[in-house]
Amino acid sequence: MIKHDVVIVGSGLAGMRAALEMCKDLDVAILSKVYPSRSHSGAAQGGIAAALGNSEPDSWEEHLYDTVKGGDFLNDQDAVEEYVKAAPDVIYELEHFGCVFSRTPDGKIAQRSFGGHSKPRACFSADRTGHTILHALHEQLLKHSKSIKIYSEWYMHSLILDGDRCNGVVVSDIRTGAVEVMQARAVIFATGGYGRVFNITSNAFAGTADGVMAAFRAGIPLEDAEFVQYHPSGLYRQGILFSEAARGEGGYLLNGEGDRFMEQYAPARMELAPRDIVARAAQSEMDAGRGVDGKDIIHLDLRHLGEARIMERLPQIRQLGIDFIGVDCVKDPLPIQPTAHYSMGGIPTDKTGHVITDEQGTRVNGFFAAGECACVSVHGANRLGTNSLLDAVVFGELAGRSALAYVNTVGHAKVNESHEKTKVLEQFENIFQQNGSESYNDIRDEMKTVMTENCGVFRDEDRLKVCIDTIQKLRERYERGKVTDKGKVFNSEIYEIIELGNMLGMAEIIATAALARQESRGGHFRTDYPKRDDENFLKHSLTYPKDGELEIKYKPVVITKHQPAERTY
Amino acid sequence: MATFRIKRYNPEKQPEPYYEEFQLDIPQGATLLDCMNQIKWTLDGSFTYRMSCRSAICGSCAVKANGHALLACQRQASHLVKNGDTIVLEPLGNMKPIKDLVVDFKPFWDKIDKIKPYLQPKTRAPEKERLQSPEQFKRIDDSSTCIMCGSCYSDCNVLEVNDKFLGPAALAKAQRFVEDSRDGKTHERVKELSKPGGIWDCTHCAECVERCPKPARPFDRIKEVMTVALEERVTNNTGARHAISFTKSIKSSGRLNENTLPVESVGYFNVKGLFDLLPVGLRMLFKGKIPPILHKSIDDVDDVKRIFMEADKE
Ligand SMILES: Cc1cc2nc3c(=O)[nH]c(=O)nc-3n(C[C@H](O)[C@H](O)[C@H](O)COP(=O)(O)OP(=O)(O)OC[C@H]3O[C@@H](n4cnc5c(N)ncnc54)[C@H](O)[C@@H]3O)c2cc1C
Ligand code: SF4
Ligand code: SF4
Ligand code: FES
Repeated sequence: MIKHDVVIVGSGLAGMRAALEMCKDLDVAILSKVYPSRSHSGAAQGGIAAALGNSEPDSWEEHLYDTVKGGDFLNDQDAVEEYVKAAPDVIYELEHFGCVFSRTPDGKIAQRSFGGHSKPRACFSADRTGHTILHALHEQLLKHSKSIKIYSEWYMHSLILDGDRCNGVVVSDIRTGAVEVMQARAVIFATGGYGRVFNITSNAFAGTADGVMAAFRAGIPLEDAEFVQYHPSGLYRQGILFSEAARGEGGYLLNGEGDRFMEQYAPARMELAPRDIVARAAQSEMDAGRGVDGKDIIHLDLRHLGEARIMERLPQIRQLGIDFIGVDCVKDPLPIQPTAHYSMGGIPTDKTGHVITDEQGTRVNGFFAAGECACVSVHGANRLGTNSLLDAVVFGELAGRSALAYVNTVGHAKVNESHEKTKVLEQFENIFQQNGSESYNDIRDEMKTVMTENCGVFRDEDRLKVCIDTIQKLRERYERGKVTDKGKVFNSEIYEIIELGNMLGMAEIIATAALARQESRGGHFRTDYPKRDDENFLKHSLTYPKDGELEIKYKPVVITKHQPAERTY
Repeated sequence: MATFRIKRYNPEKQPEPYYEEFQLDIPQGATLLDCMNQIKWTLDGSFTYRMSCRSAICGSCAVKANGHALLACQRQASHLVKNGDTIVLEPLGNMKPIKDLVVDFKPFWDKIDKIKPYLQPKTRAPEKERLQSPEQFKRIDDSSTCIMCGSCYSDCNVLEVNDKFLGPAALAKAQRFVEDSRDGKTHERVKELSKPGGIWDCTHCAECVERCPKPARPFDRIKEVMTVALEERVTNNTGARHAISFTKSIKSSGRLNENTLPVESVGYFNVKGLFDLLPVGLRMLFKGKIPPILHKSIDDVDDVKRIFMEADKE
């Protein structure tokens, strides 16, 4: 049995920041199924929000209001307040770590505009902000390598819970296939989002819901699972992201007729309205037959920005266009479509990063979560761009601090090693022995397609029922799948199969929670209930496992400063 | 129909690697990674490689295609088809294969570790951000784009014969700190980097620049570190001495005079590469701005002399 004070699962911004918070005092392990610097945080392009006021006066109060309005008033405002207040110091600290930021002429951190933010608030490093922050944190991790043990290319399978206390995780070494129990006084999940359940997505192959489903299987509910953000500018058919920074820098969205159609949907903010609104506008244009060449294509037009500005501010986006579709955005518009991008929902936590299980805020002792896998909820029904890198760093730090305080009060609890290990070994064995005839690849493809088509930008009761029904059948077929590779060394096939199992579970939870929410709010839009319904649905959903079925409960939203108002842009 | 000729290796099954061929219709617009996934998901589930972001930013998917390292997710497969119909896929070089196209990155990371890859600030942290001008940012902009994919490391010739060489990625990462206006250890860093295994072991072949999928372009960064090393007068080593006598030799004759170069100097067999270094030596000798004409080719002694006179004036 491996033993540490704290085990962190996930090494994106949230996980690494948590590790740095504790490494001076504790023996910390950080575990990731990809090498830490390959985590998906690195893909974030546009920026990280903080009211620094480096290019225009700004305040945390405005950041708070923008965030709450952007989230369609489903955010817990007490948590948002702490989060936006913490933002500036968090950015300065990243800068002190050595993070490479673009600069203003007078040497300060440069800031630019982003959708839904009323001020230029996005601190950035050209168009690779996530990458530079991830690497700056990784550098700090290497600096403290004596007190942080990195388990790179290790996979977390399950959470060890004993009553209301968390005592570790069961993991395996991808390189050798060896299953191990990791005993810990506290566990932090920072496992990221789960966009991979959709066909068109901006997420990495690693975004497969492992963390949230491990929590769910241990009996912990998932909060606001129905809220998935679709980003307006995914590369046509691939979903790879062209950052909103492209619009922040002044890019236009054009339909097949060459019109800047945002004029019809958000005349005041145009292309810089929040993502849910822009994504719906784009989808509506395509659904009405006004896509480019009659296809599901919208044009992102940057030509008027000129080569110099594109090269200075958006070089990577230009390169992506050239490499992936042979379009140079200096000369031609980029073909885009909405892409599943961000999971607002996740493991419920309080504002200190403790995982909670109900309306009363009952804690699971020793279990913390931060970043995209968690739901605090600071983003409500729709996250504003640049707010999630901030979320990962702020709550990574807070979860680390809370875990540190908690660990100082408890010892290691007893863990039944062989019992915990056997459960995971059996899972491996079952897949190896199954000998079925179903192709896991087909199952995965069908899940993704049904999710994008029926649980995407626009939803309704019929489509969601089709979706749930299809997923349930796919789950049955999953039990009869056929595996080729039965080896132990770096068996990536078996891990993909386990991940598919997690995604099927998550897909069903998303669709079920979406069916229950009979209103439209933020990222969740029901064509059969097109209005927001504060009377009945100004509340967070909590989806629980119950005897193999799903049970949905709700908890109230924390409203402090801003009463829900109509959302216009 | 294209043929993917893939180097397979599975130590659990047989100790030696072998090649296996798969036939696949390359879908329109498919990247090499799309095709590899197609092979894995429909033809042979045991085919093994790394991948994650599929947008050229995580650095997982570097492999050798037709003998050269590249990011599988960044290349259109159809552009790689050679000899009518074949793409040859092999694991990255200079690292041990674990299974199929997955190699052991340990030596790569160990070398990154060696260059102290973190800011060692000059000053105590101020209340807000440390100031850094856009020009100072520009000096570390390119090196900070490195995604640690290992493509350069795979194809670096020196590493094939000298596994002590820190290699292009680690040296590019070093430039990121050497030239960071906020870092206080410039001198210590270039001193360390001038030791055997460091910057002067590079043979200037520029292969790493060809292979780098990002603007990091290691050899360009190595030249910058060399410049700083000479400016910091860290010259008590073979490589630096070599660069200096090379410059002197060119200055007097307009030609490379092999006799005046220290014979024991290691690694220099690439004259074109040495010409690249001219400005570095010059900067050291004259500590001034380099006339742009130096980047052009030098055919005439008088030209060279003129350049040096101009440099002298500055
Ligand atoms: C293309 C793109 C662009 C974006 N741009 C922006 C932006 O400009 N601004 C912004 O604020 N946000 C942006 N976002 C969102 C933001 O990047 C993410 O929400 C954030 O980085 C999540 O960080 P994280 O630390 O929670 O998780 P991640 O960085 O996703 O890390 C998850 C970690 O968990 C590990 N893991 C997962 N499952 C397991 C398992 N079973 N076992 C072991 N390890 C596991 C992974 O290996 C990884 O290390 C963008 C997102 C995408 C996809
Ligand atoms: S230029 Fe130097 S570092 Fe780059 S590949 Fe050649 S020898 Fe290696
Ligand atoms: S320098 Fe370029 S090739 Fe080398 S690891 Fe970095 S990104 Fe890859
Ligand atoms: S999959 Fe991330 S770089 Fe290719």
